[in-house]
Amino acid sequence: MSYYSEDHLPRFPEIGEAAPELARKFFDYYGSVFADGALTAREKSLIALAVAHAVQCPYCIDAYSADCQEKGADLDQMTEAVHVACAIRGGASLVHGIQMRDHSDKTGM
Amino acid sequence: MTRSARNQLEQLDALEIPGKAVDRADFAADLAAHGWDEIRPGRLEIFQINLGRLCNMSCKHCHVDAGPDRIDQMDDETIDLCLAALDRSTAHTVDLTGGAPELHPRFRDLVEGCVERGKHVIDRCNLTVLLLEQTQGLPAWLAERGVEVVASLPHHRQRNTDAQRGTGAFHKSIAALRLLNEAGYGRGEGGRILTLMSNPAGAFLAGGQASTEREWKAALEREHGVTFDRLIALNNMPIARFQDWLVATGNLQPYQTRLVQAFNPQAIPGVMCRNTLSVRWDGRIYDCDFNQMLDLESLHPDEGLFHVRDFDQRRWDEHPVRTARHCYGCTAGAGSSCGGATVS
Repeated sequence: MSYYSEDHLPRFPEIGEAAPELARKFFDYYGSVFADGALTAREKSLIALAVAHAVQCPYCIDAYSADCQEKGADLDQMTEAVHVACAIRGGASLVHGIQMRDHSDKTGM
Repeated sequence: MTRSARNQLEQLDALEIPGKAVDRADFAADLAAHGWDEIRPGRLEIFQINLGRLCNMSCKHCHVDAGPDRIDQMDDETIDLCLAALDRSTAHTVDLTGGAPELHPRFRDLVEGCVERGKHVIDRCNLTVLLLEQTQGLPAWLAERGVEVVASLPHHRQRNTDAQRGTGAFHKSIAALRLLNEAGYGRGEGGRILTLMSNPAGAFLAGGQASTEREWKAALEREHGVTFDRLIALNNMPIARFQDWLVATGNLQPYQTRLVQAFNPQAIPGVMCRNTLSVRWDGRIYDCDFNQMLDLESLHPDEGLFHVRDFDQRRWDEHPVRTARHCYGCTAGAGSSCGGATVS
């Protein structure tokens, strides 16, 4: 059995059956975040797609792949967004190499 | 009704949609739940004439199944009957479509006839047709007559445009947009309106029209130096060639479900069947271009059929619109019509 189930995403609102006031605040906030603002809704959707890959959330990847398409992004743009996530994740690993080098400098000969 | 049209309707009727009965009554039920026992016309504003299915392109999303091998075209007598019917109608706009309407031998005669009658004329243009030998000089000719050009362009980038309309279509479309700009179109001048019409290149809904227009204007000017006046976004209808593609890729059920789940009752008053009629190449009249492809002719109030020969405005005003499951394509999200979104 998989820990992930495809039908969990459409059932997301069920989370509000307990602690409904917190859910309401979250979903109101969520809706506001993704509205057109200083960034367009399409740009926000591409950011969300990149973050979804960084946090490796399969629900978010499905949701924002579809949302990016409906916002008018094409496959090149969506792929570039995933590369941004990849670069940041890769860079985050690599920059820790400096810590490794400091340790090596201090303790090695 | 042709076998093809019946098959298309049956394909849609047979789909299992979560929470819906398996028949075509669900659209009528959704209308009724929001106070619409049926759809009746408002004032007729747009007289749409489909000159035939001949086209220089064969796009994957085409609800007309148009292409170079489709030779059905409106004859001279029917064109004259359209102009006579126009005189008996309340329509202020004539919307010329196809196929590629510019390929019809009497396209220019028909435009002249409509302009002489003081009508606003729309040419639904696939853009690439403007690069053909037989249409040389057409942008300037249209501009002189104040014809609005509504040009199909799926996306402001190459990938999705070529995926839907064929390899090379994007660069040809950009070349055609330059011709239109040179003729004065798309520069904010009244009487030379260039509207881009975007269809999604896949099994998803059209994006927000206002936001898309802003982005496309900036991108097309920056990357290709072309300009346009406004953008309209249209959902793809799950019929004809697009339905074939949905079936072949396993997307028909999820796409129809997406349309049904995005049903927006606020879109009902603005559906185009309330202000538009659609004449087929053979003179038969339909409630929209989509019903035309499904052989769902407009019904007289007494259940007879309309033909442009005996068009009567008063009877059209009283006729009931025919609906089926494909109609969810016009009520999904921000609504969808030949004029773009129907909900602001």
